[in-house]
Amino acid sequence: MNTATDMIEVPLYRAAHGRTGDKGDRSNISVIAWHADLYPLLAEQLTPESVSAQFRQRAPARVQRFLLPRLHAMNFVLDAVLDGGVNDALNLDAHGKALSFLLLDMPVRVPRALVPLLAGP
Amino acid sequence: MNAIALPPLLIGCAAGFSGDRTDAAEPVVDTLIARLAGGLADQRAFLIFETLAERTLALAQLRRRDNPDAGYEPLLDAMLRPVLARCLAHGIRIVSNFGAANPRAAALHIARMARELGADAPRIAVVEGDDLSGSEYRPLLHETLGAQMEGLRIVSANAYIGAEPIAAALDADAQIVVCGRVADPSLTVGPAMSHFGWRADDWNRLGRATMAGHLLECGAQVCGGYFADPGYKDVPGLDAVGFPIAEIDADGHCTIGKADGTGGLVSEATVKEQLLYEVHDPSAYLTPDVVADIAEAEVQQQPDVANRVALSGVRGHARPSHYKVNVCHEGGWLAEGEISYAGPRAEARARLAAEVLRKRLDGLALRVDLIGALSILGDDAGRMLADTPDTGLRDVRLRVAATHAERAQAERLAREVMALYTCGPAGGGGVRTALTPRLNTLSCLLPREAVPVRFELLGAEALA
Repeated sequence: MNTATDMIEVPLYRAAHGRTGDKGDRSNISVIAWHADLYPLLAEQLTPESVSAQFRQRAPARVQRFLLPRLHAMNFVLDAVLDGGVNDALNLDAHGKALSFLLLDMPVRVPRALVPLLAGP
Repeated sequence: MNAIALPPLLIGCAAGFSGDRTDAAEPVVDTLIARLAGGLADQRAFLIFETLAERTLALAQLRRRDNPDAGYEPLLDAMLRPVLARCLAHGIRIVSNFGAANPRAAALHIARMARELGADAPRIAVVEGDDLSGSEYRPLLHETLGAQMEGLRIVSANAYIGAEPIAAALDADAQIVVCGRVADPSLTVGPAMSHFGWRADDWNRLGRATMAGHLLECGAQVCGGYFADPGYKDVPGLDAVGFPIAEIDADGHCTIGKADGTGGLVSEATVKEQLLYEVHDPSAYLTPDVVADIAEAEVQQQPDVANRVALSGVRGHARPSHYKVNVCHEGGWLAEGEISYAGPRAEARARLAAEVLRKRLDGLALRVDLIGALSILGDDAGRMLADTPDTGLRDVRLRVAATHAERAQAERLAREVMALYTCGPAGGGGVRTALTPRLNTLSCLLPREAVPVRFELLGAEALA
């Protein structure tokens, strides 16, 4: 078995943490790698397209990604994803504060060699 | 002025929103006093309270309509009274936007508070000019917002103004500066500008102080508040989470820590989360003072010191030519109703109740949630709930919500949810309904020249 290339699938929350913010009908979700060595694989797998797919039931009008390699982090900006935003939405969580956890539930593939860097069980 | 010679400025934050904990300030002030006592001769300290969010000002404006002496932060007294006398006695100056829709009334209240506490009358400055709700501004707003303004019942209109009037008030020796809608980071930038004598176009320094302010402005959030996730992000003493204190040097670089003897945690992880909070393009964080740039920023836990993290690599670019203006207007009515089902086939009965409501509330766009199954992550259109099969939930609360411009139309929802008691599926109970007036917002940009920003020191006559 080649542990360098052998991949396992884990939820993103084991590789990264994040927080949601909102302005109007726009949500921003940070994704911050738990370890610098996990960042490149997150940058490869968390693309505007894959994140858009994870949010398909929220139907974002646009997903932008900003990379912050020095922070081992990235920032996603999702447009028109809050049903109008805090003033218009009927959602109990009108700010969309819970959305980081929808993103953190996304499956990512991690080489077995990097498993010791993952958080939690 | 030789700015480089000055020791770092200490800025503590004791509130991150209107309604925040009111016992936050005392440990922050205790810590500031201790650091001033053990610090260098020219060390200075500030206490800031950030209490405005997108809608807070509109709600304050509504209170002011009912009572001309109201319209400032309702918790002002609870937040400030426990620490006011000690701040004044130790030279800790206070800067806040808790003036909301009525900074002058807030300032008068603080003057009364100081008198009741037996303190000498403080020099209090009021920053004004952000409030554009007066009729004289209608033509300008109309010119900018155009047809969107037709028929709107405007509740509030406020420009997000910057640090300059705060710095000018501090330069005039104000001990307390009371603002309305200044941009949140400006509460930190103003003291730094004044203390270090920075120019208003010193973009890199202003950018750095802005991000220090951004770390402070949400109160406990940089100290482990809004962070804990058991097993992944454990936070000690969350029940007594501390509030932050930044040390800002003459070049604007900062380290962030928290009040001594408090719970919580300041780590690279908490600082990174707060750094990116409500940021869109990290290279262009727009404020009235500067366009801050964190694309190359780094955070670093300070060696051998717990709860101390340095932020570096922040840059700044020339500030925008326009102020952002938020216009809040009456937005019709929000109706909500809930009813519970439990036991065998509870979820099926709740789904049937939702179907009954959809048929009977023709013309109202309903949002349906099954609390306990799916009530947050789906959108108003209900795609996720429709895609989620009945999971046989045995304890479920149905929630429906709708909004309508006319109160009578919105009220239909409450009546129909109530009627489920006897006309709906079996075993439904615990109906609660609510009807709430809505406030909606529009944003636009106005040239800086159109907004008459100013400060004024309260005179003795105002306090008599």
